Amino acid sequence: MAAGAAGPGPGSGPGDSPEGPEAEAPERRRKAHGMLKLYYGLSEGETAGRPPGSDPLDPTDLNGAHFDPEVYLDKLRRECPLAQLMDSETDMVRQIRALDSDMQTLVYENYNKFISATDTIRKMKNDFRKMEDEMDRLATNMAVITDFSARISATLQDRHERITKLAGVHALLRKLQFLFELPSCLTKCVELGAYGQAVRYQGRARAVLQQYQHLPSFRAIQDDCQVITARLAQQLRQRFREGGSGAPEQAECVELLLALGEPAEELCAEFLEHARGRLEAELRSLEAELGPSPPAPDVLEFTDHGGSGFVGGLCQVASAYQELFAAQGPAGAEKLAAFARELGGRYFALVERRLAQEQGSGDNSLLVRALDRFHRRLRAPGALLAAAGLAEAATEIVERVARERLGHHLQGLRAAFLGCLTDVRQALAAPRLAGKEGPGLAELLANVASSILSHIKASLAAVHLFTAKEVSFSNKPYFRGEFCSQGVREGLIVGFIRSMCQTAQSFCDSPGEKGGATPPALLLLLSRLCLDYETATISYILTLTDEQFLVQDQSPVTPVSALCAEARETARRLLTHYVKVQGLVISQMLRKSVETRDWLSTLEPRNVRAVMKRVVEDTTAIDVQVGLLYEEGVRKAQSSDSSKRTFSVYSSSRQQGRYAPSYTPSAPMDTNLLSNIQKLFSERIDVFSPVEFNKVSVLTGIIKISLKTLLECVRLRTFGRFGLQQVQVDCHFLQLYLWRFVADEELVHLLLDEVVASAALRCPDPVPMEPSVVEVICERG
Amino acid sequence: MHTRLAGPPGGLRIAGRSDGERGPGEPEGQARALTPQTAETDAIRFLVGTQSLKYDNQIHIIDFDDENNIINKNVLLHQVGEIWHISTSPADRGVLATCYNKPSDSKVLTCAAVWRMPKELEPGSHESPDDSSSTAHSLELLCHLDDTAHGSTACVTWEPTGDGKKVISLADNHILLWDLQESSGQAVLASSASLEGKGQLKFTSGRWSPHHAGTQVATASDTTVRGWDTRSMSQIYCIENAHGQLVRDLDFNPNKQYYLASCGDDCKVKFWDTRNVTEPVKTLEEHSHWVWSIRYNHSHDQLVLTGSSDSRVILSNMVSISSEPFGHLVDDDDLSDQEERRPEEKSQEPPRDGVIATYEEHEDSVYAADWSSADPWLFASLSYDGRLVINRVPRALKYHILL
Repeated sequence: MAAGAAGPGPGSGPGDSPEGPEAEAPERRRKAHGMLKLYYGLSEGETAGRPPGSDPLDPTDLNGAHFDPEVYLDKLRRECPLAQLMDSETDMVRQIRALDSDMQTLVYENYNKFISATDTIRKMKNDFRKMEDEMDRLATNMAVITDFSARISATLQDRHERITKLAGVHALLRKLQFLFELPSCLTKCVELGAYGQAVRYQGRARAVLQQYQHLPSFRAIQDDCQVITARLAQQLRQRFREGGSGAPEQAECVELLLALGEPAEELCAEFLEHARGRLEAELRSLEAELGPSPPAPDVLEFTDHGGSGFVGGLCQVASAYQELFAAQGPAGAEKLAAFARELGGRYFALVERRLAQEQGSGDNSLLVRALDRFHRRLRAPGALLAAAGLAEAATEIVERVARERLGHHLQGLRAAFLGCLTDVRQALAAPRLAGKEGPGLAELLANVASSILSHIKASLAAVHLFTAKEVSFSNKPYFRGEFCSQGVREGLIVGFIRSMCQTAQSFCDSPGEKGGATPPALLLLLSRLCLDYETATISYILTLTDEQFLVQDQSPVTPVSALCAEARETARRLLTHYVKVQGLVISQMLRKSVETRDWLSTLEPRNVRAVMKRVVEDTTAIDVQVGLLYEEGVRKAQSSDSSKRTFSVYSSSRQQGRYAPSYTPSAPMDTNLLSNIQKLFSERIDVFSPVEFNKVSVLTGIIKISLKTLLECVRLRTFGRFGLQQVQVDCHFLQLYLWRFVADEELVHLLLDEVVASAALRCPDPVPMEPSVVEVICERG
Repeated sequence: MHTRLAGPPGGLRIAGRSDGERGPGEPEGQARALTPQTAETDAIRFLVGTQSLKYDNQIHIIDFDDENNIINKNVLLHQVGEIWHISTSPADRGVLATCYNKPSDSKVLTCAAVWRMPKELEPGSHESPDDSSSTAHSLELLCHLDDTAHGSTACVTWEPTGDGKKVISLADNHILLWDLQESSGQAVLASSASLEGKGQLKFTSGRWSPHHAGTQVATASDTTVRGWDTRSMSQIYCIENAHGQLVRDLDFNPNKQYYLASCGDDCKVKFWDTRNVTEPVKTLEEHSHWVWSIRYNHSHDQLVLTGSSDSRVILSNMVSISSEPFGHLVDDDDLSDQEERRPEEKSQEPPRDGVIATYEEHEDSVYAADWSSADPWLFASLSYDGRLVINRVPRALKYHILL
C-alpha cells in the first residue's frame, strides 16, 4: 500500500478522494499564473520561492509545469531510501488533504456569487428585449415631427418677408418726420435756450439735407434750418459777447459755434479778446490792491489773489483754448502764447511792484511763502504754455527778489553793527556821567559779539527759507548753486565781515584826529572784536554757512584765511590807532606842560609836577582799560630789579655820561664818544611802530610816543638850572612808575635819559640835582 | 665806481669827532639849521648852523667835491647866539640870514639878522691854503630884522626869484615884509600883517612861492596852513586842520603853481592844491615820528625829500601829482651808452608813487634836509647830533627820469 499512499497525484483520478480537486485548485491556479507570468516575462520574480537553478521544465518538479508523476515516482523510488520514501508519502498525503480542504472552502465561499451572477445575466437578457421595442417607437414619432415642421415653414414663408419690408418703411418715415419737424424743433430749442440740443439736431440733419437738397421739399427744410441756425449762431454770439457768464459757459458757446461751422480764426480772436477783458479786470483789481498808498493786504494774500484770480483765469483760458482750438495748429498756439506772454508780463509787473513794497519788511517767511505760492501757481500755466515762458519769468522774479533780500539782509546786518557801535558809545559815555570808572569793556565786547552773531544767524535762518525743500523754487539751479555760494556766502556773510572791517577801519581814518571823535575805548573794543573774528568767529560763521547751505557751486569763494587776514589787519590798525590816540592825549599834556612853562626863571623843584602824576594816572587807567580786553603779553626778561636800582643806573653813570661832561670842558671828546657808543649799542627806537596784540605792547607804544614827544619838546626850549632839575625830577618820577608797563624797561630808561640829556644841553648852566634829593622828592610824591 | 654811485657819497659830523681837525676850543654841539647856498649854481655847497648855549656858535660851510668825493668844510663864527634857522639870498652868494637865540638870563628871544660872509669864502676862493686857519673868519653883520615889539622870529624866507632885496620874517604871530636897502645894509619894514585869534598863535614856518611873480607866501601856524598875498599882506587861502597836529614845514612845488606840500607832527606828509583846500591831493604816512622838513626837488618835482625825528630821511616819488607826464613810457632809443642796462630797465614798470629810498644813517632826529642848488640829484640832511649826510638820488631812478 505504500505505492497507493505515495503514488497518487493530485489529479490521478476523479474518484480518488474528495480532496482531489481541492488540492489541485491552487496548483492549477499556480500553473495558470505561471504561464501568465511566463508570458509576461515575470518568471524570475515569481519563481523566487523555488530553489534557484531549478529547471521549470523539470518533470520531477512537483510544482513545475511539466510535472510527470511517473517520472517523479520513478525518481523517488530509485533514489530515496525507504525511510525517506515513507516520509515523502506521509508528507504528500498531508499536502493532498490540505489542498482538498482548501478547495472545498473556496467553493463554499463563492457559491452565492455564482448564483447571483447567473440571475443578473438572465434579467439583463429580458430588459434588452424591452428596450428595443421602445426605440422603434421613438423613431416613428420623430419622423412624424419632421414632417409637420416642414409643412409649417412652408406656410409662414410669405408673411415674414412682408413684415421686414414694413419695418424698413417705418424707420424711413421716422427719419423723414424728424426732418420735417426739424425747423420747428430747432425753433423750440432756440426759444428754450437748449442750444446744445439744437446744435446737435442741426448737426445730425445737415449731411442729409446737404445730400438731398435737389429735392424741393428737402430744400425748403434746409432753408428753414439755415435761417434758424443763423439765428442760433447769432444768439450764441450774442451770449458769447455778453461775457459775464464765466469762462466755462463761454467755452461752451465757442464749442457750439464751432460745431455750427463758424470760422475758427475769428472765434479764436474773439475768444482771446474776451478772456483778455476778464483777465484785465483781475489785473485791475490787483492793481487796486497795490494802490498808491497801500492799505495793502499782506503779500501772501496778494499773491493768493493773483494766483487764484489771474493765474487761475489764465489757466482756464489756456486749457479751454487748447481744447477748442486744437485744430488750429501751431499758429493758434502761437497766438495763445503771445496772449499769455503779454498779460503775464503785466501780471509780473504788478507782482514785482508789490514785492518791492515788501523789501523793507523784515519778515522773510511770509515773503518766501508768498513767492512759493506765486511760483507754484505759475507752474500750471507754465506747463500749458511752455512757449510763453511764464515759468522762467516767474523764476527770474523769484531770483531777483531773493537777491534783493540778500542785499536787504546785508544792509540789515550793517545797520545792526552800527547800532551796536552806537550802543557801545552810549554805554561808554554813560558811566562817566555817573562818575564810575571801568564801563565793563569785556562785557560790552561780549554783548556786541553775541548781538552781531545772533543777527548773522537770524539773517542766515531768514535766507535759508529760500532753499527749504518744501519751497517749490528751491531746486532751481540758481538756488542750489549761485544763491548759496555767491549770494549767501559771498554776498551776505563775507560781504558783511568785509564791511564790518571797513567800518572799523574808517574809525582809524576819521578826520577827528585831534580830540578823537571816536572814544579810544571803542577803538580798543573793535580791535579786540576783529581779533576774535580772526581767531574764531569767522571760521565758525563760514562753517555754519557752508553747512546750512551746502555750497555745491564750483565758483571761487573767498577763503577763510583771506578774511582772517583782513580781520587781523583791521584789528592791528585799530589797535595801532588806539595807541596813537592815547599816545597823543598824553603827548599833548606833556607838550603843553613843557611849552607853557618858563623854564629859565623857574624855582628850585620841590615837587613832581602835577602833570607827571596825571600822566602816570592816565597811563594806569589805560593799562586797566587794555587789560580788560587784551592779555598781558611778554616782557623782556629782566633781572628783578626794582625802580631803585634802575634809578641809580639812570641817574648816575648814564645820565652823567650824557651831559655831565658838557660842563666839564676837560674831556669833550670822551663824552661824545661815550654817547655815541651808547647809541651804537641801543637799538633804534621806532616810535610809532606797529603793536602786537597784547597789553604790554600797547602800553609800550603809548609810552614811547609820549616820551618821544617830551624829548622833542624839551629840545625846543632853553632851561635854567632849576628848570633842568625839575626835568630831572619829573623824569625820575616817570621812571619810577612807567617801567612796569612796558615790555622792555630799558626803553623807558633810554628815552628818559635822552630827555634829561637834551635838557642839560639846552641849559646854559647845567647843575644837576643830587640823585638822593631827586629820590626824596619823588618818593614824597 | 659802482658802489660810489649807489651808496651815499659821504657823511660828515659837524661837531665832528671823526675828522679831528678842529682847533682847540672849537665848540661842538647840536644843529638844526641847514640850507643850500641858493645863489650858487656851480658848486655843491651847504650851510649849517650850530646850536650851543655854552660856546660860540658857528656856521659851517660844507663844500662837496663831486668829482673826488671829498667834503670840505669852512667855519664862520656866529657869536650872537645859537642858530635856529638859516637861509641864503637867492641873488647874492655871500648874503645869508639867520634866526638866533640871544642869550639872556631871564628870557629867551629869537632874533633875525642878515649877514655877509667873508669874500674869500665865496666860491672860487675857497681853496685857501690852510683850512684850519679859516675857522677864524667871522660874519659881517649887514642889518637886523628886528623889531622887538614883534617877538621871536621863527623863520626868514627870501623872495625866490627877486634880486635879494625882499625878505619875509615870521615873528610870533606877525608876518613882516622887509625891504633891504643900501646893499642890504639897512632893512626897512615894508608891510606887515598879523594873525588874530584866540590862544597863543605862533608861526612855525613859512615859504615864499616861486610862482605868481613872487606875490605869494605860505605860512604854517599850529595845524593851519595859510597863504598870503605880499602886495596887500592879506590872506588868500587857509587850510584849516591841514594836519592833525602841529604843521612843521611846507614847500611849494617849483613847477606847479598851485601845489604845496606840508608835513607835521601827525607823521604825515600832505600835498595840497591851493585852489581846493578841503582835501589833500595826496597823503603819505611813511615816517614813524614827526616830520620836520619837506623839500621838493628844484627841477624834478616828483622827488620829495622829508626828514623826521624818527632819524630817517625819506625820498619819495610823487610822480602822479608832479609836472612830469604820468605813465610816460621811456623811449629806450637814446640809451645807446647803456646797452647792458637796457633789458633790466625795459622790464621795469613806470614808477609809481611811493618811497624811493629810506636813509637811516642818522642816529638822532633829523630836523633839516634840503636839495643842493647846484646838483639836482644831490641832497643833504642834518641830524640834531650834528651829523650831516650827503646823499644822491639812486642812479637807476635818475636815468629813468632823465631818459
